Amino acid sequence: MKTAAQTVLPEKSRVEKSRVQDVVLSVRDLAVDIRTYRGTVRAVNGVGFEARAGETLALLGESGCGKSMTAKALAGIMDPVCDLAGGEIILNGTDLAALTPKERLKFAGPELGIVFQDALAALNPVYTVGTQLAEAFRIHEGLSAKDAKMQAIDLMKRVGIPEPESRVNSYPHQFSGGMRQRILIAMAVALNPRLLIADEPTTALDVTVQAQIMQLLRKLREEGQMAVVLITHDLAVVAEEADSVAVMYAGNVVESGPVSQVFSDPRHPYTKGLLESVPVHLERGAHLKSIAGSPPDLHDIPTGCVYQSRCPLVQEICRAERPRLLPVNEHAADARTSVDDDAGSALSANNDSDARPPLPGRVAACHFSKELNNV
Amino acid sequence: MLIYLRKRIISSALPLVVVIVGVFALARMTGNPASLYLPLNATQQMRDDFTARNGLDKPLLVQMADYFGGVLRLDFGQSLRTGQDAADMALRAFPATLQLAATTMVLAVLLALMVGCWAALKPNGVADRISSFVSMAAASIPDFWLAIVGIWVFAITLGWLPTSGVSGAGAWVLPIATLLLRPFGVLVQIVRGSMVSALSEPYIKLARSRGAGELRVVTHHALRNAAAPALTVAGDLTVGLVNGAVVVETIFGWPGIGKLMIDSILQRDFAVLHSAVLLTAVAIFALNILIDMGYALLDARVRPVTVKA
Repeated sequence: MKTAAQTVLPEKSRVEKSRVQDVVLSVRDLAVDIRTYRGTVRAVNGVGFEARAGETLALLGESGCGKSMTAKALAGIMDPVCDLAGGEIILNGTDLAALTPKERLKFAGPELGIVFQDALAALNPVYTVGTQLAEAFRIHEGLSAKDAKMQAIDLMKRVGIPEPESRVNSYPHQFSGGMRQRILIAMAVALNPRLLIADEPTTALDVTVQAQIMQLLRKLREEGQMAVVLITHDLAVVAEEADSVAVMYAGNVVESGPVSQVFSDPRHPYTKGLLESVPVHLERGAHLKSIAGSPPDLHDIPTGCVYQSRCPLVQEICRAERPRLLPVNEHAADARTSVDDDAGSALSANNDSDARPPLPGRVAACHFSKELNNV
Repeated sequence: MLIYLRKRIISSALPLVVVIVGVFALARMTGNPASLYLPLNATQQMRDDFTARNGLDKPLLVQMADYFGGVLRLDFGQSLRTGQDAADMALRAFPATLQLAATTMVLAVLLALMVGCWAALKPNGVADRISSFVSMAAASIPDFWLAIVGIWVFAITLGWLPTSGVSGAGAWVLPIATLLLRPFGVLVQIVRGSMVSALSEPYIKLARSRGAGELRVVTHHALRNAAAPALTVAGDLTVGLVNGAVVVETIFGWPGIGKLMIDSILQRDFAVLHSAVLLTAVAIFALNILIDMGYALLDARVRPVTVKA
């Protein structure tokens, strides 16, 4: 498997070119509104990212940042109080956002699968797992109950459930948490979709099982050359599993790019804060770092930068003007640094952000992303 | 399953005894049947003879012991009124009530499922508001009032339906409509509530993510989960129907167990009353066992654990 860390920069442009053809999902300006008693709030605001075949894109952020809402919008299974307020969800050339709910049903399963966090709640308690696994084949391929059940058994084998022939007639509550998650994953990949959305697939599991589940997802992704959108708040999972990452905060993408670059050289103070709160080199007794404060109330998003209330770099301009998501090298250009001059030294692992070449696919929404290293 | 059934039958024996003791004691408080069955100018001697002949002069506890002794020998005593076997009378009256209650309940459940699901599809939508109003009204209208108004309008004024009796299909309309309204109203609200919560479960979202359409989601995924609360309430309402048939059967002259009970109370026909009550109680216990089996059918999580070899 090729991890992002192994992608060396000189190969980048070639890799990028071949990748463009493999874009499975392209999300642009996605906006989701929630109708509440206190008025309508925008839970997802102008979110955009791309997911490529055989790669994992992580949507990273803390609770309530809109990452699950984004996932549900992609899968077309939003709560009744939510509305798609705009944007495009282009899956293999079809804009899902422009389809009616009925038209979208054709895509749900064959083109796109989703895995939820809580497998016990996500499985229907009154039907056997076999019935539920078979449903996709019954709906989309019109298989008979018997043939669909055979398919269900095959699926259970594929995701590593022992004794599938007898377990196929068991009910969800008769499985362990890890097995239930496997069944959920099997359901999502039943019809070999091009896109798999995994909404915190391991959050409810214990650590050893987490690793197995992530391994299974990786295996299935490679077998089916699926694009995976992995929603998580776990930085370690992102570092290990994802090729690229989009960091979300208060419904906005604040930074995105290849994981190796975003994690080694964060260009948004929120990303930086998240990374610094990981206790890697800390000694026993030392204070754990954290980002002070909490995300803004969605009813009361400030004008200007969404992160202003917690940002150590906050200035007047941050309160007045919302920073746009810009390629990080543009900040460098603003600082009157010639990109051409420094291009040669870019690989010398220089931490100075001004000394980098344009970074494809790297964007951040911060007025001061170039000053970040001085904090 | 058989072990489970046996356990349930044994455990329902005690409540049955309590029911009989209670009814036995209460019935005796209504007075001596002698004053109803003998002419007004009957002598004291005649009254004493009548009382002694029917064993009513013995102490209450002895009477009760005699009765239980009879029950164990399946001898439920004779009617004072007709001299017939009391159990026979109850058994003959019961099917009429059962038909009425079963038809009513089947109709009520079917209608409530349709209206309840329709309302639950869009909480606070137009359908939801309409059904909420209708079901609230239906659940609140007293059945005796509806029965009388129904007779007045459809039987007397319009002459479309008979006022009472069991002749022809028309005779079923008013009793069923009267009995139906309350269970329908209550069930719509239950179905609506449990459907709304079932439809917001993650497994519904997941079913949609597999491409299940609206109809499939409602009938296949949500309804079976929403059925358990509806089943509980429907069972309870059926019990109410069997008992509540007293009023409706009296008004419409329906020869069921309710009418039999009322008549035997008014006539102090104790043996018949006991048989009717006992039969109703047994039916209710049987119904409860059926409901529990229904739960197990609907949901594997409440099935009695069977030990695997």
